[in-house]
Amino acid sequence: MSAAEIQSRAADFVNQRRDSGQWSPDDQSALDAWLSESPEHVVAYWRLDAAWERTQRLAALRPSKPDRTGGAIWRNVLRFSAAALVIAAGTGAAFYFTRPSAPEARQFATEVGARKTIKLPDGSEIELNTNTVLRIAPGPNPRMAWLEKGEAYFRIQHDSAHPFVVMAQGRRVVDLGTEFLMRAEPKRLEVALVAGRAQLDSPNDPTQEPAVLTPGDVAIATANAINVTSKSAKALSDEISWRQGLLVFKYTTLEDAASEFNRYNRKKIIITDPNVASLTIVGTFPSNDVTAFTDAAQAIFGLKIENRHGEIAIKR
Amino acid sequence: MTDKVDSNRDNFQPHSASVAVTGSALRDWFVREVLPLEAALTQFLRHNWRNKSDIPDLVQEVYARVYDAARKEMPETARAFVFATAHNLLIDRVRREKIVQFEAVSELDTLAIAADEPTPDRSAIARDELRRLQIALDRLPPRTREVVTMRRIDGLSRAEIAQRLGITEVTVKWHLNEGLRALADDLYGEAAALRNKS
Repeated sequence: MSAAEIQSRAADFVNQRRDSGQWSPDDQSALDAWLSESPEHVVAYWRLDAAWERTQRLAALRPSKPDRTGGAIWRNVLRFSAAALVIAAGTGAAFYFTRPSAPEARQFATEVGARKTIKLPDGSEIELNTNTVLRIAPGPNPRMAWLEKGEAYFRIQHDSAHPFVVMAQGRRVVDLGTEFLMRAEPKRLEVALVAGRAQLDSPNDPTQEPAVLTPGDVAIATANAINVTSKSAKALSDEISWRQGLLVFKYTTLEDAASEFNRYNRKKIIITDPNVASLTIVGTFPSNDVTAFTDAAQAIFGLKIENRHGEIAIKR
Repeated sequence: MTDKVDSNRDNFQPHSASVAVTGSALRDWFVREVLPLEAALTQFLRHNWRNKSDIPDLVQEVYARVYDAARKEMPETARAFVFATAHNLLIDRVRREKIVQFEAVSELDTLAIAADEPTPDRSAIARDELRRLQIALDRLPPRTREVVTMRRIDGLSRAEIAQRLGITEVTVKWHLNEGLRALADDLYGEAAALRNKS
């Protein structure tokens, strides 16, 4: 077979396995048999499979769909809360900061696996990741939000007179011209700064020093401490790849990768064998495509995939 | 030939985790270290081999030899190893074909130069990845590009694409396969080499 013929066959296998949604044990046997015929087949398959992985990023070109109802909601909020705003503005920022959450705040929530973009009247944008609840202060030009749970990416239009403030788990992030990511888990808050500057502090505990974050900084706040580490631009961009609907793994254990997938999907991946859990993978997957992930585990590590009611077990 | 088949099977139908990790480590190495050299390798082969239509087969054979060797022992530096393999392959071919390609033999000296070219900065590649993909996509033949866009960007199923374009699903599949081959050439190999030249 010429190189061109081998490539055609390899492309067919790659597309069938990765993309058709139909991949049977018979298909797998056919692939295994073909690969075992010659090293030329193996390298051609690897090459096109790697190219396929790279082209996964094409999904990032998909236009994001901003929350259209958001605009209408804001117009309504604007109409009804003009009076309330005057009072709030008069009482000053301290009033807001010490309140755990304003009763009139608008709530935005996403289901498991969903994403949503909220556009604020001042041009700021907040993207909610899977299974997230965010509340935003009322008023025509809100500059305060509460991340009740989950993860959100904030791209804030800076206004030095009115810094944007996000509260989560008793902590406060004050934007100083910023793009940042916040993820609230039980007993743990992560703030990653992508651009600009922000301050993270604890209004209820004056003994804790505020942390000023610069790009690349990742602050992790637990019950009584804030630790700041630094990440490369690439590592940060991988972390926010969910904005394109992708999960990026770099030598990530199957256990960690599975728990990431489980954030996005109702059908949960279960790994009980510690020898399986500690295998590491590298790759980019659509966050809603559990099958792509289990296929990879099966193909790369020769693991068994068991589809049960409501969950998928990965075993040896 | 038969023992070759058997040793391959060990890698691809692993029965224990450690063997499986070896297979995947080899694949990772190949994808990470060897494939990015394809543009330079293609350029080297074109420069040293008269019959340009042989190039895709030569690239493939270099890869197969690199893979066979790396399965026994992973080379320390991929770049030097890939070019040494290409060099040896050309010498073998010259001998086997008994056609004295004077040009080829004399210009094999350029190996040292080609192998010393700086490796492109990986982080720059990562940054440009999406732009490169978009350019590669734009270069596909129109119908193929349309099908690949509908599948990979718009997320339509093969059946939906077939219906919208009024073609069969077999044709959709053909376009996806051709698209993948062309994208791989553009991202790794020959097209990139030609582009660097111009």
